[in-house]
Amino acid sequence: MEATLASIVAAASPLVYAAIGETITEKAGVVNLSLEGTLRLSAMTGFAISYVTGSVLLGFLAAAGVGMLIASIVAFASIELRLNQIAVGFVLTLLAIELSSFLGNPYVGQQGPGVPSMPIPLLSDIPFLGKVLFDHNLSVYGSYLVIVGAYLFIFKTRRGLDMQGVGERPEAAFARGIPVNRLRYLYTMVGGALAGIGGAAFSLDVQLGWREGLTAKNYGWIALAIVIFGGWNPIRAAFGAYLFGVLQTVALKLQPVFPGLSQILPLLPFALMIFALVLVYLRLFRDLADRHPLLRRLLSADPPSGLGTAFHRE
Amino acid sequence: MSLELRDIHKTFGHVRANDGVSLSIEAGTLHGLLGENGAGKSTLMKILSGFISADSGEVVLDGTRLELSSPRDGVHAGVGMLHQDPLVFLPFTVLDNFLLGSPGGPRVDRRAGARALRETADRFGFTFDPNAPARSLTVGERQQLEITRLLWLGARVLILDEPTTGISATQRTTLFEVLRTLADEGMIVIFVSHKLEEVEEICERVTVMRRGVVVGEAEMPCPTERLVEMMFGRVFTESELTPSPLGEPVLELDRATLRERTITTSELSLGVREGEVVGLAGLEGSGQRTLLRAAAGLLRPVSGRLRVGGRDLTGRGYREFLEAGVHYLPAGRLEEGLVSGLTVAEHFLLAGGATEFFLDSAEARRQAETKIDDYSIVGTPDSTAESLSGGNQQRLLLAMMPPAIRLLLLEHPTRGLDIESADWVWTRLVERRDEGAAIVFASADLDELLRYSDRILVFFSGEVLKILDARETSGEELGHLIGGKELV
Amino acid sequence: MSGRGWAARTAGIAVPVVLAFVVAVVLLQLAGAPPLEALGLLWDGSVGSAAKVSDTLAAWVPLTLAAAGLVVTFAAGLWNIGVEGQIVAGAIFATWVAREVSGPATVLIPLMLLAGVLGGVLWALLAGILKTRGGVNEIFGGLGLDFVASGLAIYLIIGPWKRAGIASTSGTDLFRSEAWLPTVGVAQVPAIAIGLTVAAVILVYLLMRGTRFGLRLKAVGKNARSAHLMGIPTERYTLAAFALCGGLAGLAGAVQVSGVFHKLVPSVSGGYGFLGILVVLLAGFRAAWIAPIALFFAAVAVGSTQLSLRLDLDSSLGGVLQGVLVLLVILAGGWQARRARRARAGPSSSEEP
Repeated sequence: MEATLASIVAAASPLVYAAIGETITEKAGVVNLSLEGTLRLSAMTGFAISYVTGSVLLGFLAAAGVGMLIASIVAFASIELRLNQIAVGFVLTLLAIELSSFLGNPYVGQQGPGVPSMPIPLLSDIPFLGKVLFDHNLSVYGSYLVIVGAYLFIFKTRRGLDMQGVGERPEAAFARGIPVNRLRYLYTMVGGALAGIGGAAFSLDVQLGWREGLTAKNYGWIALAIVIFGGWNPIRAAFGAYLFGVLQTVALKLQPVFPGLSQILPLLPFALMIFALVLVYLRLFRDLADRHPLLRRLLSADPPSGLGTAFHRE
Repeated sequence: MSLELRDIHKTFGHVRANDGVSLSIEAGTLHGLLGENGAGKSTLMKILSGFISADSGEVVLDGTRLELSSPRDGVHAGVGMLHQDPLVFLPFTVLDNFLLGSPGGPRVDRRAGARALRETADRFGFTFDPNAPARSLTVGERQQLEITRLLWLGARVLILDEPTTGISATQRTTLFEVLRTLADEGMIVIFVSHKLEEVEEICERVTVMRRGVVVGEAEMPCPTERLVEMMFGRVFTESELTPSPLGEPVLELDRATLRERTITTSELSLGVREGEVVGLAGLEGSGQRTLLRAAAGLLRPVSGRLRVGGRDLTGRGYREFLEAGVHYLPAGRLEEGLVSGLTVAEHFLLAGGATEFFLDSAEARRQAETKIDDYSIVGTPDSTAESLSGGNQQRLLLAMMPPAIRLLLLEHPTRGLDIESADWVWTRLVERRDEGAAIVFASADLDELLRYSDRILVFFSGEVLKILDARETSGEELGHLIGGKELV
Repeated sequence: MSGRGWAARTAGIAVPVVLAFVVAVVLLQLAGAPPLEALGLLWDGSVGSAAKVSDTLAAWVPLTLAAAGLVVTFAAGLWNIGVEGQIVAGAIFATWVAREVSGPATVLIPLMLLAGVLGGVLWALLAGILKTRGGVNEIFGGLGLDFVASGLAIYLIIGPWKRAGIASTSGTDLFRSEAWLPTVGVAQVPAIAIGLTVAAVILVYLLMRGTRFGLRLKAVGKNARSAHLMGIPTERYTLAAFALCGGLAGLAGAVQVSGVFHKLVPSVSGGYGFLGILVVLLAGFRAAWIAPIALFFAAVAVGSTQLSLRLDLDSSLGGVLQGVLVLLVILAGGWQARRARRARAGPSSSEEP
C-alpha cells in the first residue's frame, strides 16, 4: 500500500509541475494551450541533453528552456500581435509534437541517466508517511516545493496579488500602475518553464527514456483540464494531479481483472478526468454553488475574467 | 501647489480629441471640467492620469514637469483618477481591492491593511466590510472604496469622471461633502461632468470644453446661460414633447415575481398601455434590467402572470415575444445588440425578419443604403459595426427595429451620447410611441426620466419602491427614492 | 483594393513559405540528412508516380472533408477539437454496416457512407449537447470524446470484431470486396471519394457565403448574445454546426475504412482532424482555400513517409513543415495587422507597458 501511494506521488510529479505552471500562466490571464506539445518536446529534450552530456541537471535546464521558449511565443503572439491565444497554442502543440518525434528519432529506446534517488534522512523513517512522501528524489521533492511556493506566492505575497489583478481585470491593474503586459510575459514564461521541468520529470524520472508517441502522451491535455478542475488554485490543481495518479493506478490494477479491456483501461483515467470537468461545469452544480457560499469556495470554477483576452490601452 | 496642463494635443485617427488644451488649477480648489459627451474631457483626464499619452504638450505639477507615459507615473506623481465605473476587481474582497497595487514588502499584510482601510475610511464616515466580495458593493460604495484607496496612497490630485451617474441622492450628498473636505485640506480636485447643475453646486471654478478645445473658464457662481452658451455654442432647444392618448394595455404583469441571481422583485403588478412611456429608475442592478428582460421574454417569472397585448405569454420562449411585437434594446451596443465583425448590410439582413434561404447581396446593399439614409447613419453598407461611433451604433440599432412594434424595451437608450444624438434618438422613439407603441426604458439620467416618462417606477434592492407620476415629482424626490429613502 | 494591400498579402504568404523552407533545410542538416535529396524524396513520394498521386489524393479526401466541416464550426465560434473522435465514430458505424449488412456494392457502399455520416453527426451532437446543456467547453468535451471514441474502436477491434483467431491491434478482418470503395484505373484513384469531397467543399462554400443560415451562424460565432436578441436560436445553430461538421468528419471516417484500409484500424482518423484545424487556420477560415492547402498538406504528409523509408528520418518532418508553415503565416498575419494598426493610429501610438 505504501509502495503504491509512493509510486502515485512520484508518477504525478510531472503533472503537478505542468498543472501548477499553467495555473500561474492562466491566473495571469494567458492560456497556454501548447502544454501537450511542450511536455512532449521538453521530455525529449531533457532526455536527449542528459543522454548526450551525461548530466541530468543539464537535461532539466534544457527542458525548462524549451518550455520557456514555447511559452514566450504564445505570449508574444498574444500580447504583441494580438492573435488568438487558443489558435497559436494549438498550432504550437502540433508543431512541438512533430518536432519531438523528428528530433528525438535518434534517441528512441536509448538508455539514459535518471534522477538519482535521494531519501530524506530523518523524514523518510517516519512510519507510512516517510515511505510515501520522503523516499523519492529531487524531482519529486521539487514538485512539493512548487505546490507550496505557488500557493504562498499567489495568495500571500503582494506580487501574487498584483498578478491576480492582471488576470482578473487588466485595465484596473493597469490603472494602478501595474505593468500588465510585462508581467504577462513573465508569468507565461514561468509557467512554461515549469511545464518544461514537468516534461523532464517524465523522461528522466517517471518513465526513463524517450519513446516516440508514448512518452508523456496526453498528459498536457490532462494538465489543462486539471487547471480548470482545480479552479485556478495550485492546491486544488495538485489534488487533481494526484487524483489522476490514483485513477491511473486503479486502471492498472484492474488490468488483470478485465484482461479483455487491457487496451482501453489506460485510456479510462484520461476520459474520466476530462469528464470530471463536466461535473465542475454542469449548471446544476454551479447553481448549487451560487446559493451556498461555502460550497462555492469548494467548487468554484470561475476563471480569471481577463483570461484569454489581449490587453491594450486604447 | 498648482497643476498646469499646457497645450495638450491628442488625436485618434481623424478625431482631434484634445486640440491645444491648457488648464491651470490651484491647490485647495474644486475645479469643474464641464462639457458634452465627446467634448474631450475624458481624454484629457486620461492623459493627466497617465492612462494614455499626449501627442504633445506638458503637464506640470507643483513646478515639476511630469513624465506621464503610464498610469504608474501618474500614481507616483500622486494623481488619482476615479473612473465613472470604478475599476474594481469584482470577485476579490474589499480588502484585496484596497491593497492591490500598493507598495510595501514582499508579504501582503492583511491585518495592517485592514487597519489602514478602517482608519482612512473613518475620516469620511465610510464603512467597509473588508471580507465582502467587491461585487456586493453598489457603485457608490465602490467609488468610496476607490477614494479611500487613492487617499491612502497619497494622492494630491483627485480626478472624478462623471461620478454621480448611478449613485443615490444620499451617496451624492456624502460624496460632495467628502470632496469639499478634501479641497479644504489642500488637494486639487477635478470634477468632470456634463451635468450643469452639479458643477454649479459644488465647483469653485469651471473650465468648459467643446469639440476638443477649451471654450472658456468661469469663476463660480456664474449665470447658467453663460455656461450653457459655452457648452453648446448656441441656444439648443430640445424638441417639444406632446403627451399621447393612451390605448389598450400592451404589457400586463399580474403579481409577477422575478428573480435573477440575487435580485428578486416580488409580486409586481403593472399595466402599460399603448402610447405610454414608463421610466425605470434606480441604482445599477436594482431590478430594472430584470424587469426589462422579463418583459422581453428572456427571463421567466418565478410566479405570477405576464401578458403582452392581451395574450398570456408567461414562461413562453423569446421567439413568441418577438412575434407578439416586443423589441428589446440592451445597453451594451456592441456587447448585446450588434455583432462586431459583421457589416451594416449584414446587420440589416439579420434583422430583416425575412426568411429566404439564399441571400441577394445586391439587394442587401440597396436596402442598407436606404436605411442608412433614413436614419442618417454615418457609415457605408460595408462598415463594420465596431467602426461606427456610439451615436451611429445607436442609430443602427434603431434602424434595425422591426416596423410594427407594440412594446419597446430600452436599457439606457442615450448612454454616452451627446445631446444632439440623444435628442434624435428620442425623436424616433416618440414617433413609435405616437404610432401606438408602449415604451418602457431604464435610465440613470434623472432628467431623461423626468422629461420623457409618463410614470416612473423607482427600484431599490430589487423591489419597486414607488410608482410616481412623472409630472408630479421632482429630481430631488427621485434622487432620494433611488437611494431607498423617501423625501421628508 | 489597393495595389499596396495586394503586395503585402502576397508577401504575407510568400515570406512564411520561404522561411518554412529554410527551417526544413536547417532541421534536415541537424538530423544529418542531405537536404536536397530529402526534399526530392518528398516530391517523388507525393507526386512522383501515378500510384503516389493516388495516395496523395487518398490523403487529401479525409483532410479536406474534415477541414470543410471545421470551417462551419469555426464560423460558429467553436473549437471542435472533437473532430478526430467524429471521424472515428463515422468509421465505426460504417464498419458495422460492412460487417452486418449484405448486398451488392451499389447498395452497400452508399449505406456505409450514410452510416459514417450518421455516426459522425451523433458523436458531434454529443459534444454539442455537452456544450449547450452542460456548459462544458468544447475543447475539453471534444478531447474527452476523442479518447472515448478511440477507446471504443480499440475495444471493438480486439473484442467483438476481432480478427478470426488472434485479436490484433492491427485491425479487424478485411471487409468483403463489395465493401471496398471502388477506384478508377490502374493507379486506383478514389474517384467517388474525390467527387464527394469536391461536392462537400462547394456545399460549405455556398452555405457560408450565400445563405441566411451561414450569415446567422457567423453572427452566433461572433456574438451569441446579440444573435440571440436578434431572434436567432443560438443553441439550435450551434448544434447544427456540430452536426454538419460531424457529418462530414464521419463521412471521412467511412471513406477511410471503405477506401483506404478496407477494415477498421485503431488509427483510422490518422490525425486528419487536428491537421484539418491547421488547414483551416492557414486558409484564414475561408472555404475557398481549404482544398488547395489541404492538397499541399496531403502531399507533404504522403511524401514524408518516404523519408523514413529511405533516409532513416522520422516521417514527422512533414508534420513539422506543416506546423511551422501555419505558425509563421499566423504570426505574419498578426505582424501585418499590427503594422496597419500603428499606421492608422499615427506616430504617437502608445507603447505597451
